[in-house]
Amino acid sequence: MPLQPAPIEKKTDIPEGVWLRCEGCGEMLYTREFEEMLRVCKVCHHHHRLDARTRIKQLVDEGTFEEFLADLVSTDPLQFTDRIPYKERLQQIQEQSGEKEAILVGKAYIKGRGVILGVMNPAFIMASMGAVVGEKVTTAAERAVEDNLPLVLVTASGGARMQEGMVSLVQMAKTSAALAKLDDAGGLYITVLTDPTTAGVAASFAMLGDVIISEPKAMVGFAGPRVIANTIKAELPDGFQTAEFLLERGFIDRIVERKELRSEIARLIDYCGK
Amino acid sequence: MADTIVNSSAGNGNTAVSGSGLLEFEKPLARIEQEIAQLEAQQQTTGRDLSEPIGELRNLLRGMTREIYTKLTAWETVQVARHPRRPIISDYLRFMVKDFVELHGDRTFGDDKAMVCGFGRIAGHKVMLVGHNKGKDTKEKIACHFGCAHPEGYRKSLLKMKLAEKFNLPIVCLIDTQGAYPGIGAEERGISQAIAVNLLEMSRLKCPIVCVVIGEGGSGGALGIGVGDRMALLQHSFYSVISPEGCAAILFKTGEQARRAAESLHLTANELLKLQIIDDIIPEPLGGAHRRPDETIQAVDQYLAKTLRELKRVRIDTLLKRRYNRLRTVGSFFESANKPATPPRIRKPKAQGADRLADAASVDGASKHRRSPAPVAAVESV
Repeated sequence: MPLQPAPIEKKTDIPEGVWLRCEGCGEMLYTREFEEMLRVCKVCHHHHRLDARTRIKQLVDEGTFEEFLADLVSTDPLQFTDRIPYKERLQQIQEQSGEKEAILVGKAYIKGRGVILGVMNPAFIMASMGAVVGEKVTTAAERAVEDNLPLVLVTASGGARMQEGMVSLVQMAKTSAALAKLDDAGGLYITVLTDPTTAGVAASFAMLGDVIISEPKAMVGFAGPRVIANTIKAELPDGFQTAEFLLERGFIDRIVERKELRSEIARLIDYCGK
Repeated sequence: MADTIVNSSAGNGNTAVSGSGLLEFEKPLARIEQEIAQLEAQQQTTGRDLSEPIGELRNLLRGMTREIYTKLTAWETVQVARHPRRPIISDYLRFMVKDFVELHGDRTFGDDKAMVCGFGRIAGHKVMLVGHNKGKDTKEKIACHFGCAHPEGYRKSLLKMKLAEKFNLPIVCLIDTQGAYPGIGAEERGISQAIAVNLLEMSRLKCPIVCVVIGEGGSGGALGIGVGDRMALLQHSFYSVISPEGCAAILFKTGEQARRAAESLHLTANELLKLQIIDDIIPEPLGGAHRRPDETIQAVDQYLAKTLRELKRVRIDTLLKRRYNRLRTVGSFFESANKPATPPRIRKPKAQGADRLADAASVDGASKHRRSPAPVAAVESV
């Protein structure tokens, strides 16, 4: 079940040359240093959420990201209205974020290795998956087959997008089917789980990586913690549904610090890539 | 296989609804049913011929049932789909599946009773049957978590489906769940991964797969055994990305808006057919599956007989290509922001409601709604 959308972080939240407070430990951090640390707290190592453009900038060789399907937008198949019409919600978020949808996909180089890259944007309706996200992930997988390149997806999502109803749910099957094709073709698929990767996205392409790595302390799970607590009528254990919890239970391969991601992905490609 | 179905409640529908099984919008029907029962009792004791008023009341009852059931709202459909007397998998096993050989366990962790798997014969076809089990009595309901499966349930289903693939048996999935079980154990044992792997593997299993939602199609827990060559819904079942209650709690900030959420989510069979999410609707008898379980099961049986016959004729590589194409194009509701192109074609709704209900006994009505060619996705090349 999709999680509640989080408040939108504006890009301008972190102006140059001022102090800001770590969301993990509350420590005051100098912004320039914080950016140099890839938005990781130098005190508690809290990995702050990144918008997709910042993530791509951090991850790929400078200037190599060539985006595809950049202008796909939802057609609002259900004519959905909650507190405001879905169309309006999309417009608002598009203006605020400067992005058209919750994922960017394209071709890029990481330490000189060509990849098909997809990066989800937690600032866009909690990176929930509707028809556009499904289509972009599917096309990315198909492009990885065509171009004989590894596929790297950086996931973050509240799950399927409720405002698109069943159209969202079937994207889980669509993306998984495309990943089966990539698997059949012998392509490498790496997923990088980031905070939060949950529900319909966790239960489809996020958990299907040949190698699954995660940033530290990322929340990764299927059902929302409140739903679970209500069902079992008990408190949830500490660290429940974190990357560390999943590593312990055998569901992810490695936990990797943000600053190591580039070299880690390159290393994996060297072992498995063609 | 119609002869194997017990006609337990045929022609006896007036006793089918009473007590706890009564839905709010059915109360007017119950009052007439009561009157009929009283008149019948009177006739019995006094020996007076009351067949005329009884007949009139029966006509009235039929008319009102038709009236109510052709105009079910989405929220009422959800109630019907969750009806305590709606036939569940054990009913289908008793009356539709012959020579069932249950196969337990995921060979790794345990045996999830919320997922039933096994060999069986449906309309003469040898199949692998996979389905959610909600349980009949309290004890069974608790043992199978009211049909909410754990990771081991999905892994069990995949293991048995791969067995079917090995011996070239078609797979029939009967979907009926609120969703995968939301609990600590389910998360610890990787419910996300278990469902994800099912989606991937089912997309490439080399045997025909037919999926039917017979009651509740609850989100990822339903989809986890819901990838295949055909997806059908029983007329008053539903399939949704999230429960109306859950949607209301999140988007409308109050659980009481579930009625509104149900409408907004387009979760009924007719809406999903229009969106081309599903291929077929299997008609239910007048007044819903809980009034005539036997006729309902018979309709599913006939649908499966026909669909399995069709799918078994198709070469496996063609079948897999079609399956991929179906998955690839389903739910393609997007356009280019710069060059708005034609949106995906939406199939015109066909005869619904009264016509469909009148068709309840004939499965021809069900198969008229075959998926038209893939919707034209308005993707601009980059």
